[in-house]
Amino acid sequence: MIGFGVLKGLAVTLKRFFQTYFVTNKLGRKHYHTPEGIKSRYDASTEGIFTIQYPEEKPALPEEFRVIPFLVYELNSDGAKEFRCTACGICAKVCPPQCIWITRKTDPATGRPSPHPEIFSIDVDICMNCGFCAEYCPFDAIKMDHDYELSTYSREKNLYSMEELGKPVDYYAKIRPVNYRREETARSAKKQPEAN
Amino acid sequence: MSDQFVGSSAISGEAEYLASVGTVETRPGFSGWVIPAAQIVEVFTHLNQAFANDFLSSVTALDNYPDPTVELVYHLCKSTGGGPLVLRVILDRENPVVPSLALLFKGAEFQEREIWDLFGVRFSGHPDLRRILLWEGFDGHPLRKDWKEPFFEEESKPYKSRWPEGKIELIENYNPFGNNVQYPDGFTPKNWTAPTESALIDRMSTGETSAALNTDELIINLGPQHPSTHGVFRMLAKTEGEQIISLKPVMGYLHRNHEKIGERNTFLQNMPYTDRLDYITSMSNNFGYALTVEKLMGITPPERAEYIRVMMAELTRIASHIMANGFLLNDLGAYFTPSLYSLEERELILDVFEAASGSRMMCNYFRFGGVVRDIPADTLAKIHDLVLNRLPRKIDELDRYLTENEIVKVRAQGVGVITDEQAINDSITGPILRAAGVPYDIRRADPYSIYERFEFDVVTKTHGDVYDRYLVRLEEMRQSLRIIRQVLDQIPEGPIMTGRPAYQVRVPPGESYGRVEGPKGELGFYVVSDGKPNPKRYHVRAPSFINLTGLEQMCVGMKIADAVTILGSVDIILGEVDR
Repeated sequence: MIGFGVLKGLAVTLKRFFQTYFVTNKLGRKHYHTPEGIKSRYDASTEGIFTIQYPEEKPALPEEFRVIPFLVYELNSDGAKEFRCTACGICAKVCPPQCIWITRKTDPATGRPSPHPEIFSIDVDICMNCGFCAEYCPFDAIKMDHDYELSTYSREKNLYSMEELGKPVDYYAKIRPVNYRREETARSAKKQPEAN
Repeated sequence: MSDQFVGSSAISGEAEYLASVGTVETRPGFSGWVIPAAQIVEVFTHLNQAFANDFLSSVTALDNYPDPTVELVYHLCKSTGGGPLVLRVILDRENPVVPSLALLFKGAEFQEREIWDLFGVRFSGHPDLRRILLWEGFDGHPLRKDWKEPFFEEESKPYKSRWPEGKIELIENYNPFGNNVQYPDGFTPKNWTAPTESALIDRMSTGETSAALNTDELIINLGPQHPSTHGVFRMLAKTEGEQIISLKPVMGYLHRNHEKIGERNTFLQNMPYTDRLDYITSMSNNFGYALTVEKLMGITPPERAEYIRVMMAELTRIASHIMANGFLLNDLGAYFTPSLYSLEERELILDVFEAASGSRMMCNYFRFGGVVRDIPADTLAKIHDLVLNRLPRKIDELDRYLTENEIVKVRAQGVGVITDEQAINDSITGPILRAAGVPYDIRRADPYSIYERFEFDVVTKTHGDVYDRYLVRLEEMRQSLRIIRQVLDQIPEGPIMTGRPAYQVRVPPGESYGRVEGPKGELGFYVVSDGKPNPKRYHVRAPSFINLTGLEQMCVGMKIADAVTILGSVDIILGEVDR
């Protein structure tokens, strides 16, 4: 029968239309701006509306989510930042668009290069968010950040210096708890034989 | 590594014939036959007629600088299956001329134009030898090894200025806008006037003017900025009344010379760049590139990694096909409702990719010898839920919604027909070829990875029109779900990587051509290594680029409004077409 296919299609759209109001709103007032409300629209069981009201609502990010890299530092007993980076240059070498610049510090006493970075700079305009630097860093010193709100008013600000890149190790433990625990176990296991 | 080539050339008489006209390639790691340039048309005609090598998969070139030769590499296959037969022609680097195969295999037409554009090899007898990706006033042929860009830094990555020197330079200071171009001798931009398009328009065939209707021929330009072209793509159509009598695609607006970048990069650094080829199907692109380099390195990934790879590739296929079908309806005029329905399902698949790889579209998930990390257990549960419950239901819903819709049927049935012979001759692959009735699917025709273990059907239809392409995509999604269900049942525990992850891989000298059945068609990578950390040659056989060869044949005789639908059914992604 001519027109039956169109009617069948319209029935599908009509069903969706009603689902938008009835299925979606089963949580009532809790539907917007609450974690369970976001989850209910972010799930394979969802029928109806799918959208998140950004920026008031933000979806939960998976642990492996990656945007741009940051440098992990620890605070020593004086409260000074101690970067884990040893300026070995593996991240700069593996970086596909070559957006990392590193110079090694020289020890003022001996004049020899010391395993700390003097300059560590990333042009986030060029960074392609591939995550190779974090993946191949042997010292767990560079990691991928979850922060995706990076807009600035000037392009020059997108050249991040070491200060802007540095984030404490607690922050890393917060955004990537599983990776952090696994790496800490490996790090302490590595330190143990040296102490013995 | 090379046994697949031996396998296909051992068919009765073929090797003897090739031995009589050419010589066996002897360089270590290389394979195939070297044929004299003068005899090439004759050899290909004979190989096609006597041995049914009817499908010219890929044509590419290789610059042997500083040796004074350029060689052409042809991968010739049978549409009934089997590995490719590698044929090569060695040419003088200064003045390379070779007879064109475009009249014999129409699928060579765009590929030969690309080689002329990027390597400067002339094809005598080519019907339309113009530049295809670059503009006509471009200086030189960029894929030649001695060609350097105006902001040239170093021959290969990693650049020393990054480490240990650490000289920071903002890219716009280093490469200022306006000064980052070089012109041919005697060219000044001020005195330049845009060339007329007579060269293009003259090549458009003229149809027979009908006596009954007093109509004029009219040239209509669609694109490059047109919502129906799925990106920056241009079609120049010659119409009589509303009927198309000739149509030429114009491309290259998104060209970035992916292959030159790839030759500057190390092998591993190319992996995230392959994501950006066809940005809808980054997992499939990763798969193809990883397979090709693994073939060269002689390693295979562990079992669990193989299963994860297949699962990710099939999820990508569902995401790509569901989007192609949704946006096809957009092109038909069903403004955005079907495409948003399909985007919802794609979102859920992208959530899986995000949890596994860290990124929704630029996944960068595969490594040589495995995948970067294991799938989290909760993500695997999510895939289970998706594949067993949601996706089959939603695909059925899309089927109910669209397949029997009269408007879809009227607009799509009998539109953009391509026959099986034409499609094979045009080197068209993927759903378009299968909709024309050729059961050619690399997963079955030349199996890779572990596809031999899975039960699935190669979907074919018979009409070769837009509607059949839609049906093939719909059915292929169901077949992909079937494969993923088997993967979920069989996936073993274990390591996901062979050997230790290394940021510099050692790739022995040689060549390899790896191909996978991507959602758009046969995605091939041709990689040549000379033992250095960077590939000597890195070529992508882009399915949506080559599928456009048949666009004119599909459009001729149709109405101008159908051209939009037909382009939608070809399912091109400009990131891959222009590379």
